Formats: sequence, structure tokens, C-alpha cells
Amino acid sequence: MAEMTYLQAISDGLRTEMRRDRRVFVLGEDVGVYGGAFKVTLGFQEEFGSWRVIDTPLSETAIMAGATGAALMGMRPVAEMQFADFVSCAWDHLVTVAAKQRWRAGTPVPFVLRLPSGGGFSGGPFHSQNPESSFAHIPGLKCVCPATPEDAKGLIIAAIEDPNPVLFFEHKHLYRRIKGEVPEERYTVPIGKARIHREGTDVSVITWGAMVYTAEEAASQVDASVEIVDLRSVMPWDKQAVLESVRKTSKVLVLHEDTRSGGFGGEIAATIAEEAFEDLDAPVRRITAPDTPVPFSPVLEKAFIPQVEDVARGLRELVDY
Amino acid sequence: MRSAVAIARLAEPSGSLQEVKEWGLDREDLLQIYRNMLITRGVEERGHILYRQGKIPGSFYTGRGNEAAAVGVAMAMGPDDVGTPLHRDMGVHITRGVEPWRIFAQYMGRADGPTRGRDGNVHMADVRLGLIAMVSHLPAMLPVAVGAALAFRIREERRVAVGWSGEGAMSRGDAHEGMNFAGVRRLPVVFICDNNQWAYSTPTHLEYAIDHLADRAAAYGFDGVVVDGTDVLAVYREARRAIEKARDGGGPTLIECQTLRMEGHAVHDDAFYVPKELFERWAERDPLERYRTWLREHADLNDAEEEEMTGQVKRLLNEALQRAEESPQPDPADLHDGVYASPEDLDTPHHK
Repeated sequence: MAEMTYLQAISDGLRTEMRRDRRVFVLGEDVGVYGGAFKVTLGFQEEFGSWRVIDTPLSETAIMAGATGAALMGMRPVAEMQFADFVSCAWDHLVTVAAKQRWRAGTPVPFVLRLPSGGGFSGGPFHSQNPESSFAHIPGLKCVCPATPEDAKGLIIAAIEDPNPVLFFEHKHLYRRIKGEVPEERYTVPIGKARIHREGTDVSVITWGAMVYTAEEAASQVDASVEIVDLRSVMPWDKQAVLESVRKTSKVLVLHEDTRSGGFGGEIAATIAEEAFEDLDAPVRRITAPDTPVPFSPVLEKAFIPQVEDVARGLRELVDY
Repeated sequence: MRSAVAIARLAEPSGSLQEVKEWGLDREDLLQIYRNMLITRGVEERGHILYRQGKIPGSFYTGRGNEAAAVGVAMAMGPDDVGTPLHRDMGVHITRGVEPWRIFAQYMGRADGPTRGRDGNVHMADVRLGLIAMVSHLPAMLPVAVGAALAFRIREERRVAVGWSGEGAMSRGDAHEGMNFAGVRRLPVVFICDNNQWAYSTPTHLEYAIDHLADRAAAYGFDGVVVDGTDVLAVYREARRAIEKARDGGGPTLIECQTLRMEGHAVHDDAFYVPKELFERWAERDPLERYRTWLREHADLNDAEEEEMTGQVKRLLNEALQRAEESPQPDPADLHDGVYASPEDLDTPHHK
């Protein structure tokens, strides 16, 4: 085991696969000489050369379509959007081409798209979003959202191994803030399996990404036994793990950093209502960002992103229900 | 006012038999080209009949007028090259060896079509024949072809990708991003622009403000060529040059094939907005008729040979139609299969 930041764990997983499998290559804006805007691929070009660590023009469409074409020809591209927000420029290739190609034409498109996402540092409306629910809605795409360094490494390797287009949402606010023990050898974490971040019996929090830590802090402030289910991936998502936790605690809070309407929490809440209604002792509670763009000012952003005190209040209300 | 300066090279028309032989085509190849063009047109003509019989769901699209451009380019591709043909490029599928009965099954949404009823019309491809299935968002396939070329370049394979678009698709950002990336990296890709003069009902003067779309190649740092898209041998020669240049590390080429879309955008469109005289003028340059005349004048195509060939094509298509009509409807129970790929799906020639 070695102590790594969340960011180092992603780099380590990616480097492990590039050393192991010559089909794996990286492409994106500033990923080569500069090592990526967040330095996830720092030193990669020196090690793997400029044809496996490809600095592209500022062209998200060409990046995503290029990854699609190369994947169809047997490569294992790992593309980077400099910020997850810029994936809007690559939407067509993800949704129209890559997502549907296996189903309609029988040809798999095995690539990974890395998406530095999330807010908390005044990135404003175009450098802070969490667009996972938009893509979880598209049949054919997988969406992974690790919260811990260990999961980040195991899931990036699993994503590269996966025969499908996998969107890897890496939360920027976790990059250097979160450290943990990470196995040095190669391993995978299964896509679609949740992890119980904290066991409890009174109330369940279903969440993923940076909100796992917000939930953890909130849980330590309330006088109740809180179970935190870290989904780790939202498509496919571990319905079984969620239902098991709900059946155990009978009270559930769904928490995400994405905005509320159409956020993936709605799907989780609906599933709980359909399949575990009789087990509930309180209405399913959602805590999410409001339905606005992500604001720039620290004061406004604090009002936008669910805070520890918001979650703690929600937990207390559920416990008292 | 358009620029008076020609940037792209204007290709010569096809020449004598001797010249054609120098490009590597023997007489059998020349007859094969004609056969492929006849099959291409025959498939689409029979598609019209199937449509009128109510056997094709949705709409129906053809590439009438584009047969020479499609077949000419496909003949110039090597066996390991790949391409992303669009809905006017049936001749590419035929030349690469897709069996007509599977195309009819595709038209009718049957279980034996390449997409098993999951997608319609020419939204299909056989990856084993080096083709990648198009999507409706037409220029989307250009940067996908660039990605295929990127794979070849990374692996240092002597393979070339061919990306197709129409002149309409050239207005979208995908075309720009794909060509720019390909130019920057000198990737082994050839861009074919079938300029059929109409993007649905929109004429070229409302689509672009330069003389030739191939002129844009200069802005991406590679060569542009304008060729008469009704002259199959000229198309073949230019495509062959561009493909071999790309194979040798010379980077991309943009080839603009000038044609006219001889029917509406799709079967529901009677193309009332296209001047009648334009249709009449281009009908005189019908690609099949032009090539037939060339074969008779330069390659001694005689009546008996021609009769034999048209008879063969007719039998092929009749049998294909019958086989396609016998193909079952897809099973709704299978709808969920294959939304996600499984590891066994990677057991294809391209993933080995």
C-alpha cells in the first residue's frame, strides 16, 4: 500500500494500464507537455511518447470522435475533457455515435472519457458542473464517480478494461484534498457496485463523489447511526445495495451535488418508492443543488452546493420524523 | 462575389484505356466497376418499388447520380482500409462486398439486415468489410474516420481511413475539427465530399461562399482536388492517388466530387425546388451511361457482354429480394440485448 492523493491514484491507474497494454493511449487538450490542466498525466509524454499522449487542438468534437474511431479500430483511448463542462461540445459523439454503435451496428466502442467535474472553488458556471445525470440517461454509456483514492485507481482500470464507452467523473475538489492508502499492484473495482462508506442503522444517505465526505461530516454531527452508501457509479447503479440499506434503516436521504430536477437522485428516490415503499418510515428526502447554474462568488457557491449543515439538518429531520 | 482564385486542383477527365491501365486497372476491374454501378442503381431502384409496396417503414433515401463517386472511391481503397460511407454512397457498400439481400432486409427492418431492424435505410455497415455504420448527423463520421486513421498512425500500420460527407455536412463544426486535427497530425485519412448541390432544399450559394469546397483543404494544410463525380475513372484515379499518398505518410487530401442529387432528399420529397433544366443537363451526364459509353469506346464492351452482365445483375437482385422478403421480423424480446457490450464482443478483427 502507498498513500496517494485521489489525483495520484487516477494517474497511477492510468500509468499502470498504459505500461501493461499498448492499445491504451491518452488524448486531450494540454495532456502532453503540460501534463493536463490538473497534472493527471504529468510525465506521461516523457514515458510513453507523443503518439500515445496526444496533445490535440482545442476540439472536443475531434477528441471524442477521434477516440470513437480509434476504439472502433481496436485501440483503448482515454480521452480527457479539460473540464467536464466542456463535454457539451462533444455531446453528439458520445450520445449519437459512441452510445448507440454497439446496439445498432454490433460494434463496441471501448473508450474512457475523463471528466474533471464538480465545484467548490469558484469555478463559475462553466468549470464546476456535475453532468453525470445527463449521460446516465443515455442507454449505452456508463458513468463512474469515484470518491476515494482506492476506488479512483480501481475504477479507472476497470473503465479502461470495459468494452463500453465509460465516462469517468473525477471530482476536482477531491484531487489533492483527499488522501488514502492505495494498493500498489494492479486491481479493479467493479463498475456498478456500491460501497458502504459508513455503516449505520437509523438513516441511510445515498450519495457519490465529493458528497460522500459532506455526508460523513454531517453524520458525525448528528446523534444517530447514519449509514452512507457511496454508489461509486451511477450507470449502472447498485440498486440492490441501496434497497438493502433502506430496508435496514427505513429512512433515506438522497444527496448529490448536481442540480435537483432530473438529477439522478430522482431516479433513486423513484426506485425506492416503487420497490421499498413498505419498508419506509419517512418520505424519501433529497438534498441537492438548486435548479440554477453554478455561481461564481464564494458566498453564492456556498448557497448552491449542499453544505454539511444542510445535510445534518436533513438527517435530524429524518431521524425525528 | 466569389473568389476568382482557384486553390484546389481541378482534376482531368478520364483518359484512354492505356492510361487507365497505368493506374492499375485491368479489363476485369473495369467491368467490375460497371457491375458494381449497375448493382448500386439496381438496389436503389428496387428499393423504390419496395417502398411503394409499403414494405419499407419510415422514409427511403437513394444516391442516384452518385454511383460513380461512390464506386470509384471504394475501388481505390485497399482491402485493409476502412471507411464511413453515408446514405448516398450505396456503391461503397456494394464494392466492399455487402450482399444485396442484406441491404433489402435492412431497408425493410428485418432480422437479417446488418442492424437487425434496429436502424433503417443506409444506417448500416459490415465492420468485417472495413466499414463503419453512419449516423444521421452526417458530418459526425468525418472525425470518426480521423480517429480510425489515428489508430493506424499510432500502430504504424499502412492503412488508410476514408471519411465521407456531402457538401451540406461541410458546414458543420465536425468537418472543421476533424480536418484540422487530421492536417495537424498528417493522418492517413482521405476526405470525400460528394457535392450534390443540394442540402435537402438548400442550394450551394446558401451553403458556402467560396468557389470549391476542396479549396478549404489549403486552410488545413493539405491538398484539395475537384473531380467530376460522374466520371468514375477520374474519381478512381484521384482517390487512388490520395489514398496511396496517405498510406505513404503524405497526409490527408480533400476530394470534392461534383454531382447532382438526381432525386429528392428522400422519397417524400419531389425536389420541386431544383430547376428542371438542371436535372435535364445532369441526366445527360448520367454516371452509368457515361461509363458504359467509355467502356464501349475504349474497352471493347460488346452487346453480348453487356447483356450477360445486366442479366446477372438482374438475377442477383431478384434472388436478393426474395431472400430478404423471407427474412423474419426482428423479435421484440431481443430489444434490450447489446445496449452494453460484453467482453466477447471485442472478439472482432479490429480488436485482436
